[in-house]
Amino acid sequence: MRRISLRIGELIAVLFVVSFGVFAMVTLMPGDPAVAILGEGHPPQDYENLRQELGLNDGLLHRYWDWLSGAVTGDLGTSLVPPQTDVTERILGALPVSVELAVLGLVIALVLAIPLAMWSAAHAGGAIDRMISATMFATLSVPSFLAGLLLIMIFANGLGWFPRAQWVRISEDIPGNLHHALLPAIVIAMMELALFTRILRNDLIVTLNEDYILAARAKGMPPWRIMVTDALRPSSFSLVTLMGISLGRLIGSTVIVEYLFALPGMGSMIVTSANQGDYPLVQGAVLIVALVYVVVNAGIDLSYGYLDPRTRRVHA
Amino acid sequence: MNERDDLVLDVRDVRTTFLTPRGPVRAVDGVSMSLRAGETLGIVGESGSGKSVLGRTVMGLVSNSPTTTITGECRIAGLDVHALKPKDRRKLWGPEVAMVFQDPMTSLNPVKRVGTHLTEALRLHLGVSRKEADERAVDLLRQVFIPEPVRRMKQYPHELSGGMRQRVVIAMALACDPKLLIADEPTTALDVTVQKQILDLLATLAADRNMATILISHDLGAVEGRTDRVAVMYAGRTVETSQTSRVFNAPVHPYAEALLASIPRIDDAPHTVLRAIDGSPPNMLNPPEGCRFAPRCRFAVDRCHQESPELRELADGTADTHLGACHFPLLPARQEVS
Amino acid sequence: MAGSGTAHMRAEAGPVLAVDDMVVEFPVGRHQVVHAVSGLNIDLLPGETLGILGESGCGKSSAGRAIMQEPAPTAGSVLFAGEQLTGLKSRDLRRKRSKMQMIMQDPVSSLNPRRKVRDLVAEGLRIWGFDGDDMDAAIRETLTAVGLDPDSVWDRRPHELSGGQCQRVCIARALMMNPDVLICDEPVSALDVSVQAQILNLLERTKETYDLSMIFIAHDVSVVKNISDRVMVLYLGKTCEVLPSSDMHTRSVHPYTRTLIASIPGGEELASVDDPVTGPVVVDTPLVATATELPSPLNPPSGCRFRTRCPLATELCAAEEPQLREVGAGHFVACHHVAVS
Ligand SMILES: Nc1ncnc2c1ncn2[C@@H]1O[C@H](COP(=O)(O)OP(=O)(O)OP(=O)(O)O)[C@@H](O)[C@H]1O
Ligand SMILES: Nc1ncnc2c1ncn2[C@@H]1O[C@H](COP(=O)(O)OP(=O)(O)OP(=O)(O)O)[C@@H](O)[C@H]1O
Ligand code: SF4
Ligand SMILES: [Mg+2]
Ligand SMILES: [Mg+2]
Repeated sequence: MRRISLRIGELIAVLFVVSFGVFAMVTLMPGDPAVAILGEGHPPQDYENLRQELGLNDGLLHRYWDWLSGAVTGDLGTSLVPPQTDVTERILGALPVSVELAVLGLVIALVLAIPLAMWSAAHAGGAIDRMISATMFATLSVPSFLAGLLLIMIFANGLGWFPRAQWVRISEDIPGNLHHALLPAIVIAMMELALFTRILRNDLIVTLNEDYILAARAKGMPPWRIMVTDALRPSSFSLVTLMGISLGRLIGSTVIVEYLFALPGMGSMIVTSANQGDYPLVQGAVLIVALVYVVVNAGIDLSYGYLDPRTRRVHA
Repeated sequence: MNERDDLVLDVRDVRTTFLTPRGPVRAVDGVSMSLRAGETLGIVGESGSGKSVLGRTVMGLVSNSPTTTITGECRIAGLDVHALKPKDRRKLWGPEVAMVFQDPMTSLNPVKRVGTHLTEALRLHLGVSRKEADERAVDLLRQVFIPEPVRRMKQYPHELSGGMRQRVVIAMALACDPKLLIADEPTTALDVTVQKQILDLLATLAADRNMATILISHDLGAVEGRTDRVAVMYAGRTVETSQTSRVFNAPVHPYAEALLASIPRIDDAPHTVLRAIDGSPPNMLNPPEGCRFAPRCRFAVDRCHQESPELRELADGTADTHLGACHFPLLPARQEVS
Repeated sequence: MAGSGTAHMRAEAGPVLAVDDMVVEFPVGRHQVVHAVSGLNIDLLPGETLGILGESGCGKSSAGRAIMQEPAPTAGSVLFAGEQLTGLKSRDLRRKRSKMQMIMQDPVSSLNPRRKVRDLVAEGLRIWGFDGDDMDAAIRETLTAVGLDPDSVWDRRPHELSGGQCQRVCIARALMMNPDVLICDEPVSALDVSVQAQILNLLERTKETYDLSMIFIAHDVSVVKNISDRVMVLYLGKTCEVLPSSDMHTRSVHPYTRTLIASIPGGEELASVDDPVTGPVVVDTPLVATATELPSPLNPPSGCRFRTRCPLATELCAAEEPQLREVGAGHFVACHHVAVS
């Protein structure tokens, strides 16, 4: 319990620093918000008035404080670009799409990576291992937009198995939603799969050389059981860490996939609004992405306790 | 029914060769041995002499693979383990033969509870229910004198001390009542005062169950009072084997004799000069021709460097077998001279 | 001393190394302290070998390192060749300490794997700016003295040497500094039985030729007895018994020393012999399994630290710490219950 409250304190501190970083960075972005709102060709006084109104002439810290006090109550301001929607609302629209894509992508990657890694590790150095490694490196070297295009061409346009360029909200129709999300999620999974497999394979090989694996074999346990019940858990540290990083990263940066499949996710929203100089939206979106990132990784940290009982309590 | 049938273990001329990138390593090079129920065999030798590989080969834990070649015969319960299908071989592990490993810190899975370590083997081999497995596991912990066994079942290995863990490892090995227990340096990683307790425990348990035991150790003292027979290994070969007391009191092989003379004894006066063996054990990638001990042997002559001595009977006829692999064994007459 | 006290053996010649009431503690976590060494007194006489004996975790290495001042002890003083080491400035300390060398338990990992033997051996001296033509000659001489053939090992790296050869290199490296005191921390524990004897003999020989005083740390009773003049038995950071090593198995009286002796194979008979000092000591009383291992150094038992495992323990042992007292010539024991005639 103490440990958890300590973690939460740490989290808040991290978020504080991150939010300030995000705010300052976006504020220093080139482009004048007043110009972005009014468009070119107005008298200078108009711009100046607007700046005054938006509080742009206040100091950085002052503005940060205003923004932050809004943010903690869930008010991230309004978008500058017409139709000047509420930032929080926009984000709440885009976030679930990104989270779903990322989570689904990771689950697919994991479901494939675990058996592949086990198979590889069980035959380390053999033909199967080499074949899996080679295939994985091949997928890693295919740029994701190319893979995406290929998948669209084959499965959406060619075979017509999947729709393209549409999105059905999960709240509306779960099977329909999955149907739409699957292809983009596969593209995301392909980007992660190689790394996941490699890392897990390497850790498994180390674990399989441990004495306790030999001891388990000497008890007459079948090899697959040893793999699943003895080797997997102690080998999954790097993988879990990597997954946390991937999840956080994917939520804000599946831009290519979102564009390819025309999905209304966070990535494309951030890119568009940054191009338009819509800084409240960029600030809000980046803050939320950072928040997800930090929370996910805190969760990962706590999961180490489950993975390895030795880290649960400090023993002398 | 022939004489070999009541042997718990019967090993004939087993050889284990690892194919490594730097060349073949003949870790075990022609070892034979046999054990009856209740008998205890000590295997002593220095690091790298092939003791662990022998133990694992005998059990079938090391088996033929693209990088490992095994020849010879290892019969457990009359079955040649290396001729069995992997699935059938696994059926022997637990009920027929079990192993205790050197380091209790690493031979228990850190993420599994003590109880799971014990019950999984019970359920696998005996097919008992979860509840019965739990009861039996508690009983096993009690047999190895672990206090508060019920509480221990839920603990993780790191919550136990080294000696306690080794007791758990022993309980684990005994779970399915094996007829043969191979203990590979079971006390090397433990404190001196704990070593004795563990060795005593093993001896008692083996006696109670009439279980055959192989006690592998580099510590001559650990083997001396606790085994019926002993085999001394050097560079993958047995150089001498007989009843323990005979090997310790009247070794015939120069290596065995030198090894015994090189350990300090508590009743020697301080600063007694030890008779060290020059040089170091051979590199197994490239072992010497002829007798492998020849480069370090104070009796070696040309013949020793060329011709590999067979393990042969050297007893004077009055006693049981005493085998040695030396061209010039230290028979009583010779020992008086030296 | 499973107790404390200041009594120790003094001889006419002053000690080369005098450790006084040394305490080594390691803070771990919240308000927790590992009591590794709690009040150790050592007088190391010129030319003497003092054996330090005890189980794993009883503070042998911590004591050795604290004498070397790495890290410096939490409290107490270390007087070396008439100078107080505790509190010396780091450069003075390093200069002073070069006359005191330590050999580590694991010979292979204590050598930098990327350096060649000749550099490893010269390392210490180079730090002090010695170099030049004499250096090679000195290295050769020292390598020969430790039984290595300089020509064949000159350019080799540690992984190309056997464990015994690595240990010889470590010894050579220490000897290059021309030390007065050599602290050996379990120098043979990681070695093969047949090689162990070579190293023990080598240490005996170098001690003579280089005129060294030696502290020899080990957990093997017979090894310690073989090489030492005096033995100090440690338990959980305290001294139990100090005695001439020739008396080791005939006259030691502390229950812990007796337990150690009884643990050596074949030691049971030795441990239960009628003792001239104590009468029969029954040490192989079956101990309860819970109490068979070292208690946590975070929270050592009150009174005598051995009492949780001691077959002779009484209430007095829990209440009061036994002081080290003299029971014979050069023989000190910290125990409430050994009878002294
Ligand atoms: N899987 C392997 N591949 C290649 N060589 C191996 C393998 N396992 C063991 N060896 C080699 O076989 C030889 C015998 O090793 P083994 O572990 O049996 O020695 P040991 O007598 O048990 O020594 P120790 O006392 O150190 O445990 C060694 O030279 C070792 O390097
Ligand atoms: N740097 C450190 N931080 C915390 N505790 C330590 C540290 N060094 C040693 N200890 C603890 O101090 C105690 C004494 O350790 P030390 O290494 O001196 O024992 P030892 O007698 O040399 O044992 P061994 O025979 O295992 O080498 C142990 O409980 C150990 O865990
Ligand atoms: S008798 Fe008492 S004082 Fe002596 S060793 Fe035992 S517990 Fe310590
Ligand atoms: Mg071994
Ligand atoms: Mg130590």
